[in-house]
Amino acid sequence: MRVPLSWLREYVELPAGTTGRDVQAKLISAGLEVETVEQLGAGLQGPLVVGEVLTIEELEGFKKPIRFCTVDVGKANGTGEPQEIVCGARNFAVGDKVVVILPGGVLPGDFRISARKTYGRVSHGMICSARELGMGEDHDGIVVLPPEHEAGTDAIALLELVDEVLDIAVTPDRGYCLSLRGVARETAIAYGLPLSDPALIDVPGPNPDGHPVRIDDPTGCDRFTARTVTGVNHEARSPIWLQRRLQKVGMRPISLAVDITNYVMFEVGQPLHAYDRSRLNGPITVRRAQPGEKLTTLDGAERVLDGEDLVIADDSGPIGLAGVMGGAHTEIADSGPDSGTSEIVIEAAHFAPVPIARTARRHKLASEASRRFERGTDPQATSAAAQRAVDLLVLLAGGTAEPGVTEVVLPYAPRTVAMAADHPDRVAGTTYGRETVVRRLQEIGCDVYGSDELIVTVPSWRPDLGAPNDLAEEVIRLQGYENLPSTLPRPRPGRGLTATQRLRRRVGRALAGAGYVEAPCYPFVSAADFDRLGLGADDPRRRLVLLANPLDDTEPGLRTTLLPGLLATLRRNHGRGAQDVALFETGLVFHPTDGATAPERLPVDRRPTDEEIEALKAALPEQPQHAAAVLSGARERDGWWGKGRPATWADAVEAGRTVAREAGVELIVRPAQYAPFHPGRCAAYTATAADGTQVPVGYAGELHPRVVAALGLPERTCAMEVDLDVIERVGGGRVTGPHVSTFPVATQDVALVVDAAVPAADVEAALRDGAGELLESLRLFDIFTGEQIGEGRKSLAYALRFRAPDRTLTAEDASAAREAAVAAAAARTGAVLRS
Amino acid sequence: MSAPNKSYDPVEVEALQPEQVERMRDEALAAIAAAADLDALTHVKTAHAGGTSPLALANREIGALPPQAKAEAGKRVGQARGAVNQALAARQAELEAERDARVLVEEAVDVTLPYDRVPAGARHPLTTLSNRIEDIFVAMGYEVAEGPEVEAEWFNFDALNISVDNPVRSEQDTLFVAAADGSQDSGLVLRTHTSGVQIRSLLERELPVYVIAPGRVYRSDELDATHTPVFNQVELLAVDEGLTMADLKGTLDHMVVSLFGEGMTTRLRPNHFPFTEPSAEMDMLCYVCRGESVGNPDRPCRTCSSEGWIELGGCGMVNPKVLVACGVDPQKYSGFAFGFGIERMLMFRHNVEDMRDIVEGDVRFTLPFGMEI
Ligand SMILES: [Zn+2]
Repeated sequence: MRVPLSWLREYVELPAGTTGRDVQAKLISAGLEVETVEQLGAGLQGPLVVGEVLTIEELEGFKKPIRFCTVDVGKANGTGEPQEIVCGARNFAVGDKVVVILPGGVLPGDFRISARKTYGRVSHGMICSARELGMGEDHDGIVVLPPEHEAGTDAIALLELVDEVLDIAVTPDRGYCLSLRGVARETAIAYGLPLSDPALIDVPGPNPDGHPVRIDDPTGCDRFTARTVTGVNHEARSPIWLQRRLQKVGMRPISLAVDITNYVMFEVGQPLHAYDRSRLNGPITVRRAQPGEKLTTLDGAERVLDGEDLVIADDSGPIGLAGVMGGAHTEIADSGPDSGTSEIVIEAAHFAPVPIARTARRHKLASEASRRFERGTDPQATSAAAQRAVDLLVLLAGGTAEPGVTEVVLPYAPRTVAMAADHPDRVAGTTYGRETVVRRLQEIGCDVYGSDELIVTVPSWRPDLGAPNDLAEEVIRLQGYENLPSTLPRPRPGRGLTATQRLRRRVGRALAGAGYVEAPCYPFVSAADFDRLGLGADDPRRRLVLLANPLDDTEPGLRTTLLPGLLATLRRNHGRGAQDVALFETGLVFHPTDGATAPERLPVDRRPTDEEIEALKAALPEQPQHAAAVLSGARERDGWWGKGRPATWADAVEAGRTVAREAGVELIVRPAQYAPFHPGRCAAYTATAADGTQVPVGYAGELHPRVVAALGLPERTCAMEVDLDVIERVGGGRVTGPHVSTFPVATQDVALVVDAAVPAADVEAALRDGAGELLESLRLFDIFTGEQIGEGRKSLAYALRFRAPDRTLTAEDASAAREAAVAAAAARTGAVLRS
Repeated sequence: MSAPNKSYDPVEVEALQPEQVERMRDEALAAIAAAADLDALTHVKTAHAGGTSPLALANREIGALPPQAKAEAGKRVGQARGAVNQALAARQAELEAERDARVLVEEAVDVTLPYDRVPAGARHPLTTLSNRIEDIFVAMGYEVAEGPEVEAEWFNFDALNISVDNPVRSEQDTLFVAAADGSQDSGLVLRTHTSGVQIRSLLERELPVYVIAPGRVYRSDELDATHTPVFNQVELLAVDEGLTMADLKGTLDHMVVSLFGEGMTTRLRPNHFPFTEPSAEMDMLCYVCRGESVGNPDRPCRTCSSEGWIELGGCGMVNPKVLVACGVDPQKYSGFAFGFGIERMLMFRHNVEDMRDIVEGDVRFTLPFGMEI
């Protein structure tokens, strides 16, 4: 809402010298968000005067038509002689009144005017356009003034060119501040000055002689005032002061009748509509549209109406979208084939916010009127607003007010709120006292009765005030939020972070410590992402939670795996010149729930039942927390210390172990074939649950070369992804403190030859099982292949350490355990001792 | 050097001549002094102080001497051996010191060599900043509450007094999950704030409730230098008996002091949110200029654009309607809540100029932030 300070002063007698910035500070403190104070006409200096065009000489031979004019500027140029001025505009004729700046004057933007030679003539000044004067963006030509202004008159004052305009961002609860009346009220309170309320005017009582109006939909409209003005001079133009005020609030002057309705809307906050009475067929009706009914609105668009749309209709059908925009057919015209409108019916109605908001949204048609009705207008202001419009039409357009006054008023009870007098104190945490509370409430227009328990009747323009906290807010803001004390509550002791939260932090630290950089990625994916990852057509990861209105139509789904985002980020880093990149992310993935249906809309006036809450949660997709890592380039770089080594599948597999270790979980790694991984370099992780079952945890390995190519990734890019929720579930068991034996260790090495396809993990598991309790540790320290071993065979060398808790092991003890281990490996994996 | 005496026959042995002993000693001392290194010294030691050295043999012969000669010879040989051993030890120490000096110099390295063998990792500052804020409140007794990112509209909107007709529930602002028919009537959205977690906390926890809800949220926005459609929030909710706006203010003050240092404070300005009443916009004092740039063109402040205050987010007293929807008696309990964006705070706390740097995952942006913030 733009508020010209000059206009505001009409309702509040601000002290002389009060600036826009002063008012801004006061209003901000009272809770209005005054974003800027625009200085109109800043730097403007006369002589700037009204001129009358005496002669026009068209200059030929230039790229554009140029006029050499003589202009009567009265005594403003000191001589009274006609002023010679060159002008590029063409929208004026001899005899027109224009705005002239004379040499020595300065236009806004530090544009200094002096006599200068141009187009072969000397121009002694300039005829000004609206934009040059800072009046608006219109640049159709120069300003042509109504003829009644005398040449030589100071145009700075006439056009009110110097002013300050406050721009206020009005929050949805303060619809009344979308008017001068509302902002003036806040200003008056802030300055402790009286308000002259523009809606406080005498209006004639209703009678049956006005234009007939019927309200068929009382839920959408509870008040309708109709007034008629006849004999309107359709050629009358809005006076300068009216045009200027509209320009300053950001409206384009259009025609006198339309300008008047707009003016009253900005003044009082009540949107009005003006109908050409000659085009009305019978009584005005407020009703819901019939589905499929059509209406061409003022903007020329033909709209198909919805059954919920509230319309204004006459016997011919809909003639306007109530509270949003009028129809083209009944539009008042200041000219045209039917010569213009001379009889005008003014509508001032109160519409319910919700249907107006819905219609505006449905038809994507937000208007100044709908903005106000959506936030709630003052139902008591309709008759005053209509009267203001009637008065202005009579005054400015030579019209005659018809005595008929239509007022359809549905039963109405003012809203009252009961509130303990100390409620604002208890909300604020300070003591205002009853007297202050009552005074502040009265200032905003409430009637207040009672002592300890206040009965507060809220003013008609404040539909937002419906509960004690609403009133408390009014008191607290007027007393100043800045005056609130600062105290600290004392919560009862908390239990700290949960196990899940601590685990997630540890995982992040562990991966970062292992050289991975955290990269939270957007979760939006497309089917094409999965094509590139080489996922099968029925891969469950292709079942997506889809968005109805995705940010990007090509990415309508939510991720089921963290890899697409991380790999894209890796590619971006690589593309920007990073060679050795290791990234990780922990975040949610989304899986649609089978058979989930839209949850029922639960009430908000009570706690939902436990069943209702459960049903609500059951409608949600599964959203497990995953951890993933990707890496490419060197895991260890070349350097003065020697050769580095590239990042490999083994690093990726280890990254999964790093994650699991933080949860105290030992992962079991098995070879697997799983997209997007290299079929021979992919590991599946499982872990052992408390009940002994193996649960899948995730995958790691080197990416399939085709995936690497499809995604444009560095060669041999590797990746890992695990389900952190599963890891947390299987882990976290309390560690039992081991008994540390101080007896000596017995070390035994063993080299076993197995088929090349036998996983080392199987051999190790067999050795462990066979070695029994004396085995303290076991480590694979070498793998050997070659002729001596035989084709398709490999030799695995293990170091076994044995120790007993209670004695020194003999050589025989250790050998027996070793032999048992080898025997188990032989039985389970076909291993033979390397000779 | 004298050759070892193989035929050990004391009768034949003459009494040791003093000159002989002196010569043995002098020869030994000369050899010791001449030993150039530790190896040479080892040889000298064997030859002149070992079991078969002349002095050792002479010592052995003493036993065969007649008693009157024995004492004198023993004394003489003993003194000689003592002198030789002393000289050996001294020379040994001398040579070891020389060797150490030489070898340690030879082993010296360039300790300034770089060692970027394994590339460094880092946590994202959004994570660590969020953790940091969580820790401030955990220390006060709050617990960290979490919830799903795809959320039911009832949690995200309805229970928060955001009516169906509120424009934020339009597709311009909110990302809706598609229903089976592709429409946005699934009743599910990508949460637009973590306030749904507040509702869940009120439904699930025992009163009083003091929780902080960090997390990822979504808005239908374009990514540009100052906006991202996917961002992170921290919200706080306290519901207890007798909580006031003054408590809200004090809690905010405590937070900015914890994050930005002593002397920091906050300012509340009236605003409107459906889920709080009264509602406020919260600003914090500019931590860089502490307000001194205001009206002081000589000392402009980029962080706050010389406004003196930095806009943090929204806050207020929990609207009693929200309490009712969660089954909390508003006659007995009151509460306060606030929320703000982590990205924004990261930008002004660490002078990040472009939102895209935060979201794009370029390791050059993230690495300097390390493990904690
Ligand atoms: Zn500053």
